[in-house]
Amino acid sequence: MALQSFFRDSPPLVLEQQHFQALLDALRARGYRLIGPTVQDDAVVYDDVESVDDFPTGWMDTQSGGTYRLESGGGETLFGYTASPQSWKRYLHPPVLELWKALRTNGTYRVASADPPPRLAFIGVRPCELHAIAIQDKVFLHSEFVDPHYQARRDNVFIVAVNCGQAGGTCFCVSMNTGPKAAAGFDLALTEVVDGDLHYFLVEVGSERGADVMRDLPHRPAGEGEIEAADAILTNTAASMGRELDTNGLKELLYRSYESPRWDEVAARCLTCGNCTQVCPTCFCTTIEDVTDLTGSEATRVRKWDSCFTMDFSYIHGGSIRYSAKSRYRQWMTHKLATWVDQFGSFGCVGCGRCITWCPVGIDITEEAQAIRDGSGAAK
Amino acid sequence: MVEQLLTQPRTTTDPMLPNLFRIHRVLKESYDTFTVELVSLEGYQTFPFAPGQFNMLYVFGVGEIPISISGDPLHPETLVHTTRAVGTVTKAMRELKPGDVIGVRGPFGSAWPVKEARGADVVFVAGGIGLAPLRSSLYHILSQREKYGKIVLLYGCRSPEDILFRKELEKWRARFDLEIFVTVDYANSRWHGNVGVVTKLIPKAPFDPLNTVAMVCGPEVMMRFTAIELVKRGVNPENVYLSMERNMKCAVGFCGHCQFGPTFICKNGPVYPYSQIQSWLSMWEV
Repeated sequence: MALQSFFRDSPPLVLEQQHFQALLDALRARGYRLIGPTVQDDAVVYDDVESVDDFPTGWMDTQSGGTYRLESGGGETLFGYTASPQSWKRYLHPPVLELWKALRTNGTYRVASADPPPRLAFIGVRPCELHAIAIQDKVFLHSEFVDPHYQARRDNVFIVAVNCGQAGGTCFCVSMNTGPKAAAGFDLALTEVVDGDLHYFLVEVGSERGADVMRDLPHRPAGEGEIEAADAILTNTAASMGRELDTNGLKELLYRSYESPRWDEVAARCLTCGNCTQVCPTCFCTTIEDVTDLTGSEATRVRKWDSCFTMDFSYIHGGSIRYSAKSRYRQWMTHKLATWVDQFGSFGCVGCGRCITWCPVGIDITEEAQAIRDGSGAAK
Repeated sequence: MVEQLLTQPRTTTDPMLPNLFRIHRVLKESYDTFTVELVSLEGYQTFPFAPGQFNMLYVFGVGEIPISISGDPLHPETLVHTTRAVGTVTKAMRELKPGDVIGVRGPFGSAWPVKEARGADVVFVAGGIGLAPLRSSLYHILSQREKYGKIVLLYGCRSPEDILFRKELEKWRARFDLEIFVTVDYANSRWHGNVGVVTKLIPKAPFDPLNTVAMVCGPEVMMRFTAIELVKRGVNPENVYLSMERNMKCAVGFCGHCQFGPTFICKNGPVYPYSQIQSWLSMWEV
């Protein structure tokens, strides 16, 4: 820890853009499989990357309720986009995961657990996403039980965070106190600076592992001007949030508002499709599927992402507990902004705005919270 | 795959991996309820649990469900579960034969307040299959009978055919230190007992409301009105305990299904003091 704080307190470094590839190479040389932003299907998607050419150079996005558009025009920036439809959740808490397999022989069973996962390095984790990972850590690592599947992935992961040089149209990390600058939870944190002919990354080292990687790369201590330039970018990002959410007394407000007429209003629009839960970087709910082979000698237990928006989610003998759309939306939003606080000590929302962008009808959690606060049953 | 023979105590701590048990026997309790008795296959001689806790029982290739333990905590060498055959897993479980292998994870969750109830009267209020999770507590308390005041069991069923553990109830009824009152929703011509909901038994039941711990298990609506009736009679809401049920996939706080207000029934429950969940019980679709 002493070492970490030494690096934390030490002045930032500068990594020139032409040496970004060296960062990727240094990580791969250490045995990491690299996951970073790529452009696929007209969206930024976190996937395997090998070289700087795989990154979304010059791509920017426009986001609003129910809208995501990728556009060129960002010049040479590698990280000119904002929150993408996927989060890192899919790599730490995979959407489909085999838990174990039972093999039947002579009337008894042998239970085999799953293979250990690969070592991953995440390149381009946004500050809000760091907070989302920390929130899932509380669910899977710091509660009564530890999930060894999550732990095996999480323990090995190397995190290169990238501070946000721009705010998306549905971003509200400033409200949630989760960005736009990474404070902790990374091995390296970069701020990308493009200024005329200059293109460099201001690098903060967050761990001994991060320091070890930096030693392999051409770098120099950052000058005053370079630090100020990066700070100015982040100040500008913080000032241009697309959304805001008043968190003052929010938990208590929602605990008081179970009977609010606003739930009827939002239920009239909500399709209960569950998109918000799939794109959310903190939503952790899962279901189990049991699969058998045709001979009946092999049974596999598979864990899959689930959504509190389905009827099955709350089904017990006799029927579903939450049979109406309004009770399911209420469960989701109240969990994010109220009950989560009592369960895990923080909001279950990091202000990434994905649920707003990817809602097919553009339901906006910040707008719904404000409407409840205003005590108004009418849409704004 | 990393294969692991589960014939010895496990070294791993994966809470999702089942322990292997063998069916000792399957007892038919009523036309739609049954009890499974399990013994460990992995060399564990005993399976300690607290009355009120539950296990996740896994039928190979079919699925896994939470079921409260209905056996005697003083005899943890056999794991006993009683349930109603209503779903895919319970129907498959009913068909299992002695010797068949079943997966067990647990025990999980909170327990009935058997220690806290010492020195007090104890009122059990059961609805239908809800008697099963209470039976472990009854066994415990009867084994230390002298430590408790009056013991009363109020039991409500749909019909006389639905009465669970009938022989055991008759045996207990013969004791002079335990009072049992049974009521049914629908009676046949051979029934000479009470007819009506179980809450109707509360006003006249012989216990001292100011020194009573109540343990309640049954359908949610039954528990809600039982708790209201007990409090009306003067029992402190902090001394009324309910065993809650929700959909559950993991039992260890990962799957999110069993949330009830700010709590997880698998970790904070299933047994809650009424005072803690009173406001949530009266709300719709929580």
